[in-house]
Amino acid sequence: MADTAQGFMAPKGRHWILEWLFTIDHKRIGMLYLWCIALFFVVGVLLGLIIRLELFGPGKDIIGPQAYNAIFTLHGVIMIFIVVIPSIPAAFGNIFLPLQLGAEDVAFPRLNMFSWWLYIIGGAIALVSLFTGGGAPDTGWTFYVPFSAVTSTNVSVAVAGVFILGFSSILTGLNFIVTIHRLRAPGLKWTRLTLFAWALYATAWIQVLATPILSITVVLIAIERLLGMGIFDPARGGDPILYQHLFWIYSHPAVYIMILPAMGVISDIIPVFCRKSIFGYKTIVGSSLAIAFAGSLVWAHHMFVSGMSDTAVMVFSLLTFVVAVPSAVKVFNWLSTMYKGAIRPEPPLIFALGFIFLFAMGGITGLVLGSAGTDMHVHDTYFVVGHFHYVIFGGTGFGMFAAIHYWFPKIYGRMYNKKLANISAVILVVGLNGLYFPMYLLGLAGMPRRYYDYLPQYTELHQWSTYGSWITAIGLILMFYNLIHSRYRGELVGRNPWQAATLEWTLPSPPPSHNFDEEPVVTHGPYDFHEVRDHD
Amino acid sequence: MTEHHDYQGAKMGMWIFLFTEILLFGGLFVLFAVTFQRYPTEFHEASKLLDVTMGTTNTVVLITSSLCAALSIVALQRGERKRSEMLIGLTILLACCFLVIKYFEWSAKFHHGIYPGSTEIADWAPGKQAYFALYYAMTGLHGIHVIIGMAVLGWVWWLIRREKCTPDHFVALENAGLYWHLVDLIWIYLFPLYYLIT
Repeated sequence: MADTAQGFMAPKGRHWILEWLFTIDHKRIGMLYLWCIALFFVVGVLLGLIIRLELFGPGKDIIGPQAYNAIFTLHGVIMIFIVVIPSIPAAFGNIFLPLQLGAEDVAFPRLNMFSWWLYIIGGAIALVSLFTGGGAPDTGWTFYVPFSAVTSTNVSVAVAGVFILGFSSILTGLNFIVTIHRLRAPGLKWTRLTLFAWALYATAWIQVLATPILSITVVLIAIERLLGMGIFDPARGGDPILYQHLFWIYSHPAVYIMILPAMGVISDIIPVFCRKSIFGYKTIVGSSLAIAFAGSLVWAHHMFVSGMSDTAVMVFSLLTFVVAVPSAVKVFNWLSTMYKGAIRPEPPLIFALGFIFLFAMGGITGLVLGSAGTDMHVHDTYFVVGHFHYVIFGGTGFGMFAAIHYWFPKIYGRMYNKKLANISAVILVVGLNGLYFPMYLLGLAGMPRRYYDYLPQYTELHQWSTYGSWITAIGLILMFYNLIHSRYRGELVGRNPWQAATLEWTLPSPPPSHNFDEEPVVTHGPYDFHEVRDHD
Repeated sequence: MTEHHDYQGAKMGMWIFLFTEILLFGGLFVLFAVTFQRYPTEFHEASKLLDVTMGTTNTVVLITSSLCAALSIVALQRGERKRSEMLIGLTILLACCFLVIKYFEWSAKFHHGIYPGSTEIADWAPGKQAYFALYYAMTGLHGIHVIIGMAVLGWVWWLIRREKCTPDHFVALENAGLYWHLVDLIWIYLFPLYYLIT
């Protein structure tokens, strides 16, 4: 099969819109996800900037309280359900998992297309909920009852969108599990799987096992509202605390749907740019699975102040500490890989280092929140907001950026401006710290989260945070500019600009529609660089 | 267009999907367990209002339909296409029976004002109201699954007629059968929980 310069993105004859929307090529589906996620990410960021701007000073700055409630809800719903959860698995997982396995496609290509359609429909419904009915939901992304059951805003439509997005996530996870089990190339033993594939495997199980609980929970909100069901209404025998349990049984594991794939990306990047095999391959694999497992047992640490028994609080506090162990194991493995490595400070590595630093900042403060005693003090304050933004933006977001910079030359066959990429990475790290570190201090000082207004003594820290948001925005603009510009003007690169050893780099850049002319036979592990040197 | 057939992969995908379905209902079973533990006497009172005869009939109907689905797979594997089609038709018919009986059962309840949010039950004890909230949520969700199952079986019936599902490639029918067994299985749990344990 002859490759064109455009590879899988080359036109095939049908109208290009139809060709893309009804494609069953995993690479094209991954690209569709990537573009949609980027688009929604921009919307989410703009909403975040509005929130920060409103909080620049006490009282009203630019928007009223109801608009503020709607905007932070929207920011949460878009960022969590439409951007972060599908980000790395649905975009880069779809593009690169089959390539890394030496497979032609995922196990169920049509189901894969269907997942993307569900994603788009779910995202569209979530957007429709803003402009119809009683106005944008104002419940926060957690849709906590009893408020979500009684508010006149458009909660029912929004949760319908979330339900469909959840279904999309389940089907993607299911597809990946079967793909990894069934479609590995000859010689690709489980111990030769890339750590990215392992991370996706662990993630896929969480997607499959946790998401249905969220689905039923949001269905219950909808019927509570539409039919007056009373399942969470104490006056009719229901219990709002049960809602919190059901919600977090999904949504805590969902945190690991967000972070595990990013950890997989980092585990793939670090060996390549240190020219050294990963330190402790099996412990990284084990820690991914351990995070997936232990992460499913810690949901109630969101509810220490909801009125659980002291025993329950202690158990969930302990379990939360346990889940920190495999996360720390990974960090130490990455650092050990770098030790005495031949480090090349290319942009993917810079982003990876940013990830490690920001994720560690978020992870360690997670322990403050996981300890029942300290949680009582900072519960529902800005400390929590700082914590999860460090983990989600600093972790998943940076994992996503690292992935883009790592695989960009593979996808487009072109290289971006490396210097500009490094500068944007540094600006982003500075910006994120400026944006979120003041939140820790605000939280410790007692500033509650989600509040529209605040006392004057919090003004200065809020202003620092808002300045940070501007620096972050500059970093993002620079990064996006560099990538979009290079997509058309970047210097052409060959198959393997990073001299990486995994299978996707043996293909032309961009890869052809049919991945492998002949089925590859794998004879060595993913981080064995000796063979790569021989080829060069 | 050549398609590769991965029998084991297809089965594995279906089993994983069935796990997610069990978990979907699992959330409701957890709610039932917690609420039951909180209001044992009210649940006892409320469950007396359900019609055991109709529930039992429906259980028999659904188990029989599951048997038909299983026999249909065997028939197709043996190459008896017509019989396989007929048995799927029978499965769908029995599913219809189930829904009709459910319809009469529910409308009788509605007639007496027993449904969530009605003015009739507003004065009831909270536990009794919770019982019926869960009853309608769980049997309602199950009913939706019956309808989906019927659609899936109808689709496979069409596949068999078009000879796209054959004695060599019967995994679509087998997976549809698995789904139908799950729908049956969930009812087998719902039935004693609501109708028999008082």
